[in-house]
Amino acid sequence: MKIGIMGLQGSVIEHVNAVAKSGAEPVIVKYPKDMDGISGLIIPGGESTAIQKLMEKTGLAAAIKEKADSGLSLYGTCAGLIMMAKEIDNGTDDQLSLGLIDIKAKRNAYGRQNESFEEYIDIPALGDRPFPGVFIRAPLIIYSGEGVEILGRYGDGIAAARQGKFLVSAFHPELTDDMRFHRYFISMCDG
Amino acid sequence: MEHGTDKVKRGLARMLKGGVIMDVTSVEQAKIAEEAGAVAVMALERVPADIRAEGGVARMADSSIIKAIMEAVTIPVMAKARIGHFVEAQILQALGVDYIDESEVLTPADEQFHIDKRNFKTPFVCGARDLGEALRRISEGAAMIRTKGEAGTGNVVEAVRHIRAITSEILNLQTNEIDLLNAEAEAFRAPLELVKEIYELGRLPVVNFAAGGIATPADAALMMQLGCDGIFVGSGIFKSQEPARLARAIVEATAHFDEPEYLAKISENLGKAMKGIEINTIPEKELLATRGW
Repeated sequence: MKIGIMGLQGSVIEHVNAVAKSGAEPVIVKYPKDMDGISGLIIPGGESTAIQKLMEKTGLAAAIKEKADSGLSLYGTCAGLIMMAKEIDNGTDDQLSLGLIDIKAKRNAYGRQNESFEEYIDIPALGDRPFPGVFIRAPLIIYSGEGVEILGRYGDGIAAARQGKFLVSAFHPELTDDMRFHRYFISMCDG
Repeated sequence: MEHGTDKVKRGLARMLKGGVIMDVTSVEQAKIAEEAGAVAVMALERVPADIRAEGGVARMADSSIIKAIMEAVTIPVMAKARIGHFVEAQILQALGVDYIDESEVLTPADEQFHIDKRNFKTPFVCGARDLGEALRRISEGAAMIRTKGEAGTGNVVEAVRHIRAITSEILNLQTNEIDLLNAEAEAFRAPLELVKEIYELGRLPVVNFAAGGIATPADAALMMQLGCDGIFVGSGIFKSQEPARLARAIVEATAHFDEPEYLAKISENLGKAMKGIEINTIPEKELLATRGW
């Protein structure tokens, strides 16, 4: 199964390696044509304001929306979560979102880099063993709509969630050796 | 919950990969950089070209400039401390900047020791001209490396020399037997464990950006094709005729570094780049890259 990784900026190679280790074939996506034949797409961590501008330039933003409407599975980590959210708190004036998942994401919710942290998160969908969460200038989900399944919480907020074919995490599984999150996403994709 | 771990320090640099970090000296410039798609800004009082022209002792920027820029943009903000000046670094950490650049662009404060960066929660980026220098900085706790290049010249030749040196020294290292790296570690004045790690990875264990003299989209793409993970642009943008346009073009060139047709398209009508300086016209004493060791 081919899984696309949006390759414009951010933790691209980390996701490529994680997908390969999880038993699928990674494909780097920069242009709409690169999405031919993929069963799922990962939007990596990075700077959401920068990725968004590059996405619009290559026509990816519109193409992803179209593919998402016709059933493509998507997974967003950190910046990817922000871009997939219906609503963004603390964004820039011109910040756009793909508006795919019914959540409100607060950017840099914990503060600046000195507040970045590692913490184990309970994610029942992945089994009993807590998941190593790496939170880097991370966003937090401060609201989720009715159709959204909460996969994991941290403090007052939601750190991971799923709505149908859309998966998001505020933390970075691609920076760890634990492939359960990637395998979970791959299981959501049609072969 | 753990703060300031190697994973979160090195991790932020990983999130900046494929992006451009721009030197800015005011809120207006910081906003232009963010709008152009910069992944971070470096808050400064003077860009390297002006430091070079004006001379005198270059120090950490005034806190008020750094704070104003931190408030103005949502992307990470970096700031520079002098080599060895751990108190400037303490101040920058207290201000809450996202990354500290222990930088040869400022006047060094210590001729014997770089900052012990392991003592800080805030991550550090440091310049390197070759593998040994990169290894020594990483063993002191640097979570990100950049080429030194020759800052403020608009001339990419030194940055090219530095990334080529690091790449070829890693390849050369790998021609050894893994059990015979003691002599290499000694020559690099770096811990054996770190040398072994690089032997196995075939690259630095931290993100390695290009810096020093990048002035055009083609320069940025050149450094990316030579294996850098991202780009710092110092004087190049705001010393050019059309900063906003050039900033956008360098961001795109960094993301699309291996697509010559795309590069051709974005290199059109960018106005005049900064004038730049031929390296061999700079008196040896005024070279910035030779600061640090």
